[in-house]
Amino acid sequence: MEIKEIQEEIIDEFSMFDDWMQRYEYMIELGKSLPLINEAYKTDDNIIKGCQSKVWVHAELENNKLVFTADSDAIITKGIIAILIRVFSNQKPQDILDADTQFIDEIGLKEHLSPTRANGLVSMIKQLKLYAVAYQTQIED
Amino acid sequence: MLDIKKIRADFPILKREVNGKPLVYLDNAATSQTPQQVIDAIVDYYQNYNANIHRGVHTLSQEATDKYEQARNKIQKHFNAAKSHEIIFTSGTTHSINLVANGFSALIKKGDEILVSAMEHHSNIVPWQMLCERTGAILKVIPMNLEGELRMDVYDELLSDKTKLVFCNHISNALGTINPIEEIIEKAHKVGAAVLIDGAQAAPHLVADVQELDVDFYTCSAHKICGPTGVGMLYGKEEWLNKLPPYQGGGEMIAEVTFEKTTYAGLPHKFEAGTPNICGGIAFGAALDYMNAIDFEEIAKYEHELLEYATQELLKIDGLKIYGTAKNKTSVISFNIEGIHPYDMGSILDKLGIAVRTGHHCAQPIMDFYKIPGTVRASFAFYNTREEVDVLIAGVLKAKSMLL
Repeated sequence: MEIKEIQEEIIDEFSMFDDWMQRYEYMIELGKSLPLINEAYKTDDNIIKGCQSKVWVHAELENNKLVFTADSDAIITKGIIAILIRVFSNQKPQDILDADTQFIDEIGLKEHLSPTRANGLVSMIKQLKLYAVAYQTQIED
Repeated sequence: MLDIKKIRADFPILKREVNGKPLVYLDNAATSQTPQQVIDAIVDYYQNYNANIHRGVHTLSQEATDKYEQARNKIQKHFNAAKSHEIIFTSGTTHSINLVANGFSALIKKGDEILVSAMEHHSNIVPWQMLCERTGAILKVIPMNLEGELRMDVYDELLSDKTKLVFCNHISNALGTINPIEEIIEKAHKVGAAVLIDGAQAAPHLVADVQELDVDFYTCSAHKICGPTGVGMLYGKEEWLNKLPPYQGGGEMIAEVTFEKTTYAGLPHKFEAGTPNICGGIAFGAALDYMNAIDFEEIAKYEHELLEYATQELLKIDGLKIYGTAKNKTSVISFNIEGIHPYDMGSILDKLGIAVRTGHHCAQPIMDFYKIPGTVRASFAFYNTREEVDVLIAGVLKAKSMLL
């Protein structure tokens, strides 16, 4: 599926929730079910330092598509990571670079993108895009 | 007895809602809320006598100067400084500490020792590390025990004739511990060291008498005592302030300027380069008036009751651990629930309208000491209520049921 389609699917899913509590409960569930990152990749090199919660991201190129795995020590952050991975993993680097993150706003999680949240999420999106830039050049080479 | 209902009516912000719930503001150790009396002082300044101070001959400038200097006198009286020019207006505690640390660069030499407590805010660690890098002085740490109390036995061992400076907070922002600063100051003076006490967390809860303490430097920020942000004060003994070179150059801080040589103004202007936060200084004075009218002894008594009640209720929650259990502490409770990241707890409490601080509270060494990523910190002010403590407890239980 293309990034845009996945985003719309997620927006659809979230539109079923009536209030923040259901949204959060869903995110916590997503966080708990996120496949664990290979412990070998949970290194300081792969850490994205937010102010409060730690986020680890690992990227690998498979058949010209980027596959991300990630983890966090905070469960709500992990839930958001699960959503981001669903959107951006298994996509071509150029498509990742072209994609926007407007859908996060639309599913009512805008506050997690505010810099004051300091949860590493903004840095995480930036990091996913940086990986895409790096691997894009590899493909071109 | 405090009339809490009447006091709460002074704070317009306490009427607002957050995420559709009545605001329960428990982040007072970071910033206190502002009463109408202080807001009025700010408005009055901009509506009636906004002008630059100390240099204009016109009426507005003279009025602004008078009010600004009156505020300095209020601060002097509040902290019982011997002279008003021993009170320097700064942008806050961080600025004050940097001013002193920078000044000591000229007085410290290689091999001198600086002692700092293990429970300092980053603002009372980093400037001294920078000073040590510049001068070759050595930074040594006074450790703490598991309860969050300073190891005074180790302090005794660390003190020597090499010790030139001792820095410690009066009250820890992350743990609420009230440190035995009288003893710290007296012992430091015996070996000839100067002492700076960071009073940022103490000023909202108690009144420090700088002469009785015989402290060399004492500092605090207005925004933690119902004043505005971006203004604070540094008290320094006159003899020390005269020894320290100016921190920043600019207008206001000079006596005479030619391209060959500049001579500096006397105290306090030597340390107040440029146009200061005039309105902020005046509002700082208004905030002290407000707090003193309520009475600090009554405030301390009431906050202690809130602390005891909140501690007792929180400890009933299974898996909850409080960090900082000193016998002598203020109304700050740092806690975690086993298996829950403080960030998750804080996010859900926010959804319930409850403002707490989460994270390392700019005191990473303390978090490293306890081997935790951070804590949830609820800090109470005199305008908080027992009912708000109940809302916090219900919120923590709700978050726990969602997260575990």
